[in-house]
Amino acid sequence: MADFLHMGGYAAYVWSSFGLTLLVLGGIVAGSMIELRRVRAETFRRARTTRRSRR
Amino acid sequence: MSPSAFAWFHRFGSAPFVYRLAGRLAPWLGAACVAALLAGLWLGLVVAPADYEQGESYRIIYVHVPAAWMSMFVYTVMAVSSAVFLIWRLKLADIIAAASAPIGAGFTLVALVTGSLWGKPMWGTWWVWDGRLTSELLLLFLYLGYMALRGAFEQPRTAEKAAAILAVVGVVNIPVIHFSVEWWNTLHQPATITKLDKPSMHPSMLRPLLLMVLAFQLLFFVNLATRVRSGILRREARAAWVAELAAGKGSDNGGGTDRADRNGSERASAHVGGAAASGASEHG
Repeated sequence: MADFLHMGGYAAYVWSSFGLTLLVLGGIVAGSMIELRRVRAETFRRARTTRRSRR
Repeated sequence: MSPSAFAWFHRFGSAPFVYRLAGRLAPWLGAACVAALLAGLWLGLVVAPADYEQGESYRIIYVHVPAAWMSMFVYTVMAVSSAVFLIWRLKLADIIAAASAPIGAGFTLVALVTGSLWGKPMWGTWWVWDGRLTSELLLLFLYLGYMALRGAFEQPRTAEKAAAILAVVGVVNIPVIHFSVEWWNTLHQPATITKLDKPSMHPSMLRPLLLMVLAFQLLFFVNLATRVRSGILRREARAAWVAELAAGKGSDNGGGTDRADRNGSERASAHVGGAAASGASEHG
């Protein structure tokens, strides 16, 4: 396990590469999901209120 | 075009259909992405042997190369959709292009930074202004420029068109990135995988790389599906089908066919009687 984490002396480069990739791609996934939830809530709320005002 | 082919084309251009289809596909794409990612990481970080020249540092390839490929693939998707939008005025094509831009920018950033983290131990430098690195950096600026342009105009129509033109013009950079390692002397190593006749990677190292490429590809499509849904809702905010969804009629991701849904909601409203009457008045 220690050998694995050590990465033959390249630990700093290898793990920061994988860490940054995880961070950026995870951020994109989270961003996509949060955006959809927000847009859906906003759009549906507005659709319901304009309907009510039309009645 | 035969009538049925036209109907098919028309259906795929229809916003509610694409909204529901994307919603139905996303979970499956996501599950496949996670599976490919876990397998790729396991095989790439644990199972694959160290490189005889680069030692363990070569493992950066498993994030660097897929990200670099996706940075170019996503841009191509963005440029083609933008061209379709400019030529045929297909709104959906613009939504796809706009949804692709931030994802592509993310892949480009990953490619640049992991390349730098790989370059330092192998070349002894974080950065050189050579053809490959400079054209990839330009790609990042094209993505950022595209996103900035979309927000830079008061009129959304102007912003969409200006951004689409930038995306189409910028596509000349894609072959430049690809051939840069052949055209100019560079520190960057030439292609490892695309030499299919004589692949220079051992299968135990190549397999995880292909899995990671698949995982990144799936990651793009999951995010594209999700962002296209947001884009469709934003553009169609006042459409009748969105109002019906907001009122809780019909399925958000089309579980079951459209017709079954409609029958189901009619039956439900017939059963509740009084509520159906108020529902009918809402339509008027």
